[in-house]
Amino acid sequence: MPVYFLEVIVVCLGLVMLLTDAFINIRDKRTIGYFGVLGLLVVIGLLFNVETGNADSAESVFWKFYAAGDGKALFFKGIALVSTLIVLIMGIDFAPIVVEQTAAPEKGAHPQAGLGEFFALPMFACAGLMWMASANHLVSIFVSLETVTITFYIMVAYLRRNVGSLEAGVKYLILGALSTGFLVYGMTWLYGMTGTMELPEIGKALASDSINQTGALFAFALILVGMGFKVGAVPFHNWIPDVYQGAPTPITAFLSVASKSAGFIVFMRIASLYMGSGAFTGKVTMILTILAILTLIVGNLVALPQTNFKRLLAYSSIAHAGFLLMAMACAPRDSLKGDTISVFNVVAFYLGAYLLMTMLAFLVMSALRTTISGEGLKSYAGLAKRSPFLAIAMLISMASLAGIPLTAGFFGKLFVFKLAFEQQQWLLLAVGIIGACAGFYYYLKIAASMFLSEAPVGSDTSAIRVSPAAVMAMVFLMIAIVVIGVNPSMLMNLVG
Amino acid sequence: MTILEIIVLLPILAALGIAFGAPARATSLLAAGATAVASLVTACQFNVNREGVGNFSFQYFGGEGFAGRKLFSVEGFPEISLAFGLDGISLVLMILTAIVLLAAIWISPSEGAIKGSSKIYYGSCLLIGAGAMGAFLSTDLFFLYAFHELALIPTFLMIGLFGFGENRVNTAWTITIYLGVGSMILLLGLIATITGLNATTFDIPSLIATAKDAGLERSAQMWIYLPLLIGFGILVSLFPFHSWAPNAYADAPTPVAMLHAGVLKKFGLYGLIRVANPLLPEGADALTNVILILLVGNIIILGLVTIAQKRLDKMLGYSSVMHMGYIFLGIASGTYIGTVGAVMLMFAHGISIALLFALSGALRDRYGSLEFDKLGGLAKVIPAAGLLFGFAAFASIGLPGFTNFAAEVMVFFGGFKDFDGTFQPLQWATILALWGVVISAVYMLRAFRNVFKGELAAKLPTVNDLTLNEKLPVLLLLGTLLVTGFIPGILIQYLRPCLEGLMVVATGG
Repeated sequence: MPVYFLEVIVVCLGLVMLLTDAFINIRDKRTIGYFGVLGLLVVIGLLFNVETGNADSAESVFWKFYAAGDGKALFFKGIALVSTLIVLIMGIDFAPIVVEQTAAPEKGAHPQAGLGEFFALPMFACAGLMWMASANHLVSIFVSLETVTITFYIMVAYLRRNVGSLEAGVKYLILGALSTGFLVYGMTWLYGMTGTMELPEIGKALASDSINQTGALFAFALILVGMGFKVGAVPFHNWIPDVYQGAPTPITAFLSVASKSAGFIVFMRIASLYMGSGAFTGKVTMILTILAILTLIVGNLVALPQTNFKRLLAYSSIAHAGFLLMAMACAPRDSLKGDTISVFNVVAFYLGAYLLMTMLAFLVMSALRTTISGEGLKSYAGLAKRSPFLAIAMLISMASLAGIPLTAGFFGKLFVFKLAFEQQQWLLLAVGIIGACAGFYYYLKIAASMFLSEAPVGSDTSAIRVSPAAVMAMVFLMIAIVVIGVNPSMLMNLVG
Repeated sequence: MTILEIIVLLPILAALGIAFGAPARATSLLAAGATAVASLVTACQFNVNREGVGNFSFQYFGGEGFAGRKLFSVEGFPEISLAFGLDGISLVLMILTAIVLLAAIWISPSEGAIKGSSKIYYGSCLLIGAGAMGAFLSTDLFFLYAFHELALIPTFLMIGLFGFGENRVNTAWTITIYLGVGSMILLLGLIATITGLNATTFDIPSLIATAKDAGLERSAQMWIYLPLLIGFGILVSLFPFHSWAPNAYADAPTPVAMLHAGVLKKFGLYGLIRVANPLLPEGADALTNVILILLVGNIIILGLVTIAQKRLDKMLGYSSVMHMGYIFLGIASGTYIGTVGAVMLMFAHGISIALLFALSGALRDRYGSLEFDKLGGLAKVIPAAGLLFGFAAFASIGLPGFTNFAAEVMVFFGGFKDFDGTFQPLQWATILALWGVVISAVYMLRAFRNVFKGELAAKLPTVNDLTLNEKLPVLLLLGTLLVTGFIPGILIQYLRPCLEGLMVVATGG
């Protein structure tokens, strides 16, 4: 089966879900979500059975904009699929909030009128994300990226009776459109400088002597703005805290994991063209280094005083973008080529681990959202007594995000630091270590609020109900985090 | 599964079992007891004479040719394997861990007496023990580091949840951030070592071989040794990185204070002997004088601070920090006898401080406060506790008959091993360190007099003497100290061949 069938199947699944919602009167629309979960499980199974294809066949020539035969692409498709799957599971627990905040005023409307699309939209975003992972052509990159972004505009503003969600939607729309403008402008410059839109050809053109360096670097700077926005790099991060806080929790998780991962693979594909050509290596490395340092400092230090859980995770996601940029900035320079682990593998591994731990945190959060009002850290006080399972799940997730050994998150950081050592990026390394130390505090703060603070007197202490699907997902993620923390080959082998 | 893997995994499995509903105290006691028995059996099976001089190696107990399980091997990154092996040093520390873990769990309050979740209480104790055990037994640098960190979060929870005093949450934060930063600096140093040596594996024997063949330049070694020294130093509470320790031990629940001060803190010293010194001998040499100054700070400055303490638990916390100075002295002497003394002292101090914390915890449970002003003459009321505390105090001072004496004597002899008539910094440090014995005697005897002798203090509640569940673990610890104190050869027979081999490797001789 050719690789692009996967995207086709995901789009079809989304369409089926949408049409079911429109034409069949289902009493409990969460069924649509369960359908999506099952469908995605099948697609994940198929992911291991695709043929990566022959580069010379007629079909491949036609699909030139699509890097099918590429293990990297498959891994990132996997990230998109798994995160969409978990987002749907989260959505099932989160459904009461969606229903409450999108209630239809008309009489006789379905009591869950706004719920169906909430499960269908992530499917379309997922297809876009999967395409991004394979995009090998500027137009293809742009179209797939916009598929994702436009779907996200809707999803972020989904809770239409909630001012916060609407505010987040508008902010995301305006800043997203602005960054897209930069991106397109950069792409046109790149096209103008190199005369082609295919990434491999662009790489060759950049490596040739006749290239206009100023123009090509200008193109890179513009693309950097667009991609920096996607991955949440400082100084293009301003949207993240507000949008994360306002968006429905499952969508926040989706944004923070899937959108960031897809952003990183596109960013890496373009940046590697520049890194690979001698003339630009030094300059691009310097730009990335500065970007990484800024991102690490802002992400980690601003996270310290946060008291809202979602805002804290927003800054944490910026901080992790910093570590990923750090890895990119430590791509081997010509003078220092040695035996190093490939930067691509490090970034992919880091994102895989990041998916596990961040999704676990968001799963716990959305499971709690229906019983605990508010997202302040105080409202989690005493959770360890009320629901030990959720508290332990959150503890493992936080330990991994903080990078404590024997969790997947530690290996991500270890690889990045090792790269920085090999490339002798001392400043970057120092900032990274300080950032990791800061992480100990703000991640453990969440654990402390759950385990060490007492719930206020008279508060509800009844057990918290979590759907079986969410429990299964949490157990899977917890096991995965610890197993990969002991034996990283499990994840590294998937990277390729 | 090799026996060593079982020894490390048993407490972890028990902790998991408790999480899933197994009875907390019974499961923990069973696991800790089984670990102790398995450790002793393994020690008996250990082939002492296997390691000839210069032929440094581990015994893996996994059949012919077994040297751990390869886990992670990717091009461009050193290979990681899960390997537990035994040599003389790790054997001594394994026994220390097993005994202290058993005693700590034994002396823990029954499930009903714990305010809060007994699952978290016992599970955390087991994880702290397993972390220490895994760190001491790993022959792979990665897991040596990783297992130590296993104790970080359980310690945080234990002090924050079950600690004493108003400040327990602050104390929990202090120790966690301090140790977190310390282990980050240590990680930096370890990555520097690995990268500097161009290592293709985390396997410690291979690393030592690599370091011997292609040693780094002296200045490079010094710069890599520095973060290792600071990182390990923070974990051992080397002066001036000690400020986390006394408060943490004073506020921690009894088993955590026993495990942390007795066992976990030895990890930093173990790391210096096992990793830093063999891999970076020149770096260690270059920084010897710095270490000597710091360790004198530990012994003299912190010794005087210990004398000034007004609470028993704080005083014990400072005394445990102070005694680290002797162990550093043994390591810094660079002599064979000094290093054997250092490892012996790690063992002796671990047992004796656990003993002291066990007894002070029993007093705190009874009287609620450990301020010297408010206690006095307790030997009349609780004679057994008084007698045992007296023994423990004498052990801590280092009187003959206890392991501490044998170990300290070796450390001091190590300082003068190569004495040629001119006083070097090492000899000055040794002479200053000798005064530490006097200081220990001052504060320990004063504490003993203040608490147990003299007039019975007014307004004390009537209490019972030690219960059987308190006496037995205390006697276990005391018995260990006396046996190895009268016959130190039990430990030295393990340490001698191994350290001779290690030092020959390290000095390239």
